[in-house]
Amino acid sequence: MADAMIALRGLEKTYLMGGQPLRALAGLDLDISPGEYISVMGPSGSGKSTLLNMLGLLDRPDAGSYRLNGVATEQLPEEARAALRRDNIGFIFQAFHLIGRLSAFENVELPMVLAGLAPKVRREAVEGVLDLVGLLDRQHHRPGQLSGGQLQRVAIARAIVMKPRILLADEPTGNLDQASGRDIVNVLEDLNREGITLVVVTHDGNLGQRAGRRIRMVDGTVVEDARGAPG
Amino acid sequence: MRLADQLRFNWQVFSGNVLRTFLLLLAVAIGVAAVVMLTSVGEGARRYIDQEFSSLGNRLIVVFPGRNETTGGAPPLFGNSPRDLTLADAEALARIPSIRDFAPIIAGTTTLSRGARAREVLTMGTTRGFFAVRQLGVSQGSIFPERAGEEALAICVLGAKLKGELFGNDRAVGEWVRIGDRRMRVVGVLADSGESFGMDMGDLALIPVKTAEQLFNSPGLFRVILELREGADEELAKERIYRVIRERHEGEDDVTIVTQDSMLKSFNNILTALTLAIGAIGAISLLVAGILIMNISLISVSQRRAEIGLMKAIGASRIQVRQLFLGESLLLVCLGIVLGVIFAYGVVFVFRGLFPGFPLMPPWWAVPAAAVTALAAGLVFSWLPAKRAAALDPVLAMRGVVR
Repeated sequence: MADAMIALRGLEKTYLMGGQPLRALAGLDLDISPGEYISVMGPSGSGKSTLLNMLGLLDRPDAGSYRLNGVATEQLPEEARAALRRDNIGFIFQAFHLIGRLSAFENVELPMVLAGLAPKVRREAVEGVLDLVGLLDRQHHRPGQLSGGQLQRVAIARAIVMKPRILLADEPTGNLDQASGRDIVNVLEDLNREGITLVVVTHDGNLGQRAGRRIRMVDGTVVEDARGAPG
Repeated sequence: MRLADQLRFNWQVFSGNVLRTFLLLLAVAIGVAAVVMLTSVGEGARRYIDQEFSSLGNRLIVVFPGRNETTGGAPPLFGNSPRDLTLADAEALARIPSIRDFAPIIAGTTTLSRGARAREVLTMGTTRGFFAVRQLGVSQGSIFPERAGEEALAICVLGAKLKGELFGNDRAVGEWVRIGDRRMRVVGVLADSGESFGMDMGDLALIPVKTAEQLFNSPGLFRVILELREGADEELAKERIYRVIRERHEGEDDVTIVTQDSMLKSFNNILTALTLAIGAIGAISLLVAGILIMNISLISVSQRRAEIGLMKAIGASRIQVRQLFLGESLLLVCLGIVLGVIFAYGVVFVFRGLFPGFPLMPPWWAVPAAAVTALAAGLVFSWLPAKRAAALDPVLAMRGVVR
């Protein structure tokens, strides 16, 4: 695909589990265009999370190539990968991964702090995204004082505060009740409509079916790649 | 990451682990305080010696009979050289132009009595010059007259303590006491000047040197104290003293000359070495604090794996993670240094209030040396935990997997 923002070619990754090799990615090819909404589904151990980690530059493939906006990422030094990750990619985790001693504001602010941005710039951006996820009035609350849905919304605010082009979500509704889950999905889809490329790994069939592009993985390869309106 | 942000982040970690932070601070503070307080003792001793020397009077030269190398070791206490150092020798030395005053001394222990009261006392035979060179004054009566240097007058000046024991509140001046087998009239009582180099000036009886010659049946002097004039060259004066002695002792310079400056220098050298040594012993506690920081930091890295993984996932580089952990240790050490220095100076302040006679004071280098040692220990011992944190795989770290 000529206009692919992300181009994966022949991606291989094998882990050792208890001394036994486990092939998580087996020559995976995938192109992702800007603004796409992709769900990745499949049974446990099919390589969904490994794919997400590769896309997020958290892991390196054993073989194959990964080009992000035309830049070959496999051989980049760690510092360059960290900067690329910080400036282009936002993560949302099933377990939220908020830092308990920091307030909602400080958790959201963290990527900007790591980027060395000025306090004034940070304040405007953080308040903006907290407002977007409906938590501006809870900015001084610590994670222990927020509900599950609120925690995930703080995590989404943190993921988008650097205005990333790609949002990677690993089971974003996995720890939430149905109402909170629906709420989070709405927030994510709104962000996608504003232009963010959204990749969601999920076991939830309903959530998976909402995506414009639905990928099914088995044994480290893509076995189904459906586009168009959800069925 | 901005420095202010890093400090704030580190501070948030501390406030989230109050007990752990307090214990680490305590370890560093104790180490720093140990260095500062121990070196204060050494420096205090050095200052004490300085004070004692200045209480002797300015720029003194002491001439002992006998050569150092002929007897070996310390200068002889009593004239045991082939040739005595005599009163005539002392008078000849006093004629050297750079000498302002002199005090020949013959010393011995005798019985001092008044009526039924008697005790053994250190008795010094000397001249009027002794009062000048030792900066002694009298609280009652007067010092020796000029002719006490030439005649065996039956007079004495008593130390304040002796006067109190023998006379109580009665007037002593003009009264008679017995020193050895002689009756002597008390002409003065020394002003209380405390102890000097372990000699209690209040427990001393001073008599004219000629009288002491007869009393102790010894023509030899115990020593001669010479006071230099302002601006006189000490080395030249020593040369002149040796020359005078050689002229009078058939070409032999059989005396030992000890100057106040050389004694002070020797003491200073010894006490500086001692201060450094005890400072180094104190620094060991800083190393122990460093090892404690390493242990706690390793535990902290292990406990904060998920947080480190998250930081990396949201864009922290290895260098930033390392900086965060090193910064945590160094900030802790800096706070520990401040606490330790405040505590040490507090103890020094209280000690000086309780014992004003001993000038306890840290040397100028104690705080910088303790701070540098503490920072170096903090940096070295937190390097490994910081390196481990920076090397964590973010995926595994967030899953809580230990590899």
